[in-house]
Amino acid sequence: MVLLKIKFTQQRRVHLAQGLWLLSWTAVIWGAIIFCLGVYLKMELLRRDEVMDNTEIHVVPNILIIVGLASIGTNWVASCVCQDSLDATRFPRWKVFLLGWFAVAAVLCCLLISVVALSFALQGRLEESLKVGLRNGIRFYKDTDVPGRCYQKETIDRLQMEFRCCGNNNFKDWFEVQWVSSRYLNFTSKDVKDRIRSNVDGRYLLDGVPFSCCNPSSPRPCLRYTLTDNNAHFNYEYQSEELNVYSRGCRQALTDYYMELMNSTGPGVLSVILIQMSVILGMRYLQTAVEGIMALEDPEGESDGFLLEKGVKETMEDLKVKALIMLQFWLVDPIATEGSSEDADLEKAEKEASPTPAS
Amino acid sequence: MALMLVKFDMKKRVKLAQTIWFLYWFAVMAGVLVFSMGLFFKIELRKRSELMDNNESHLLPNVLILMGLIACGVNAFGGKVCYDSLDPSKFIKWKPMLKPFLMFCVGFNGLLFVTALLCFVMRIPLQFTLAEGLKNGMRFYKDTDTPGRCYMKRTLDLMQMEFRCCGNDHYRDWFEIQWVSNRYLDFSAKEVKDRIGSNVDGQYLMDGVPFSCCNPSSPRPCIQGQMTNNTAHYSYDHYTEELNVWKRGCREAMVSYYGGMMNTIGALVLLVTMLEIAVTIGLQYINSSLSSLVNPEDPESESEGWILEKTVGETFTDIMANMKAMSKGGKVEEEAEAGVATVS
Repeated sequence: MVLLKIKFTQQRRVHLAQGLWLLSWTAVIWGAIIFCLGVYLKMELLRRDEVMDNTEIHVVPNILIIVGLASIGTNWVASCVCQDSLDATRFPRWKVFLLGWFAVAAVLCCLLISVVALSFALQGRLEESLKVGLRNGIRFYKDTDVPGRCYQKETIDRLQMEFRCCGNNNFKDWFEVQWVSSRYLNFTSKDVKDRIRSNVDGRYLLDGVPFSCCNPSSPRPCLRYTLTDNNAHFNYEYQSEELNVYSRGCRQALTDYYMELMNSTGPGVLSVILIQMSVILGMRYLQTAVEGIMALEDPEGESDGFLLEKGVKETMEDLKVKALIMLQFWLVDPIATEGSSEDADLEKAEKEASPTPAS
Repeated sequence: MALMLVKFDMKKRVKLAQTIWFLYWFAVMAGVLVFSMGLFFKIELRKRSELMDNNESHLLPNVLILMGLIACGVNAFGGKVCYDSLDPSKFIKWKPMLKPFLMFCVGFNGLLFVTALLCFVMRIPLQFTLAEGLKNGMRFYKDTDTPGRCYMKRTLDLMQMEFRCCGNDHYRDWFEIQWVSNRYLDFSAKEVKDRIGSNVDGQYLMDGVPFSCCNPSSPRPCIQGQMTNNTAHYSYDHYTEELNVWKRGCREAMVSYYGGMMNTIGALVLLVTMLEIAVTIGLQYINSSLSSLVNPEDPESESEGWILEKTVGETFTDIMANMKAMSKGGKVEEEAEAGVATVS
C-alpha cells in the first residue's frame, strides 16, 4: 500500500513543477540569507576573539556558512530538475542524481536542526570561555609594554565602554588585580609601600577602577578611586551609589549579546528548515509522478504520485533486507577466501603426514 | 539650423525609447536615494541638536527631501511617457503636455544643481552653530539637576567618547569652566575654598577633565586630575604626554564629520543632476523625432531629432521676442481698455 498517494493529471503536474521551481528559488535566496547570517555571526565572534579563551562557539557560524552554501547549490539543482521534469527527453539524466539529492537535502535539514540545538547547548561553554578570557584580559591590563599583550588595555577599555560593563562578574574584580603598571608607581612613597605589603603576592591593589567603567548617565563626575571609602568623597555612600560605574559584568553583557544574536537567527533557520522539507516532499511527488508517466509512455495521461511505494513498515523491511544482503555479501567473500586457505593448509598437512608411514 | 541634429529610423527610435525608459527607472531610484539622504542628514542633525543649541538650520535636509520626492514623481511620469512613445495612439494624448513638462524638467535640473552647491556651502554656517553650541554645552555639563539640561552631561560624555575629542578647541577648555556640580563640593574644605577664591566669578575651577576625554590607547591609566602638575604623578610630564587624553577638539571633530557627510551628499546630488540632464535630453530627442516624421501617416518612416529647433542664439532671441510680445500684448490690451473707457 503506497504512502500518501495523489493522482496527477497533466495540468496538476505542470502546476507542481512550476510551484516547486518557484519554491526552490525561494529556498536558494533563503540559503543565501543563512550564509550571510553565518558570516556576520562569525565576524562578530572574531571581533572579540581576544577575550575568548577557546573557539568552540565558532562551530555555530561555521555550520551556518556550510549549510547556506550547500543549500544554494542543492536548491539550484532542484530548480533545474523542475525545469526539465516536463520534458521527457531531458528528465532521465537527472534520475540517477535524485537519490543522492534527497540524501544531501535530508542531511542539510538535520544540520540546521543541530544548529538550533547547538546554539542553546553551547551557551555554557561560551560563558566559560568568556570568563577565562576576561580574567586574563584584566590580569594583563597593565602589561602595555609586554609584546603580545600591549593592546590588552585598549581592548578591555573599548569593550567596557561599548558594552557598558565593568570587570568580569562586577566592578569588584578590579580590586583584586594590579591594573596599574609598575612603571608608573613611585616605590619610595609610603602609600605604594603599604599597599604592596598588604598582600602576599606583593601587588599594588587599589579599591579603584579604570576610567572605562565610568557610567556617563551618572549625575556626578565619575568617582574612580577609593570607591569603598565613604569619607574620601563628599556626599558619597558606596552602598547606595548605583549610577557611578557600570554595575553589570562584561561576561554577562557579552553572553547576552551573543545569545541574542544567535536567537535572532532562530526564526530564519526554522523557516529554512520548513522550506527545505517542503521542497523535498514536492520533489518526491514530482519524481514519482513523472516516472509514472514515463512508464505509461503517455505524456498527457494521469499518473500517481506518492511518497513511498510501499508502506513505512514494508519500506523499512525492504531496506533492512537490502542492507543485510550487502553485509552478507561482504562477509561471505572473506569467509570464502579464508575457507579456501584453510582447506589448502589441511591438504598440505595431509600430504606431509601421508608420505611418512610409507617411508 | 537645429542644435545637435540626429537622424532617426524606426529601429533607432525604438532603441532610444527603451534606453531612456530604463534610465528613467534608474532616475526614480536616484530620486529615492536623494530623499533618503535628506532624511538621514535630518536625523543626524536632530540627534545632536542639543549640542548645537537647537539652533541648527534644517534647510538643506528639507530641500533634499523635497527634491527627492519631486524627482521620483517627475521621473516616473517621464518613464510612462517613454513607454507610451512606442505606440502612436497612446503618445497622442501626451504630446501637448510634453513641451511644458520639458521646460519644467530643465528648471528642476537647475534647482538640483543649486542644491548640490548648497551642500558644499552650508558647511560654513554649521561650523559657527557648532562652535556656539559646544561652548554652551560645556557650561551646562554640571547642571544634571536642572530640568531641560539634565542630559547635557551624558550627551557630552557620549559625544566625546564617540568622536574621540575633548573640549571645544582642546582639552584646556575644561580648565576654564566649572564642570563639577556644587552639590558634590564640600564648601567647608580648604581646597574648595581656595579654588573658589582664586577667580572673580567664584567658580570651582580645576586643571582636570571629565573621564570621557580619556584615550584608551594610552599605556598608563588615565590621568584626569591635576594635569598641569608634573609632581602630582610619578614619571609624568604634561608637555610630552600625548596619549593620555584626546588632543582633538570636538568642534573640529564634529565639523569634519558633518562636512564629510555633506561632501558625499553633494557629490551624489551632482551625479543625480547629470543623470537627470541626460534623461531630459533623451526625452527631448524622443519628442522631436516623433513630431518630425517625414510621412506623418506612416509610423515607420524616418525622422530627425534635435535638442533645440534653432541654434542657441536664435532660440534666445525668439524667447526674448515672445516675452516682449507678451508684455506688449498686455500693454495693447490695457490701452484698448483705456481707449474704450475714455470713448465710452
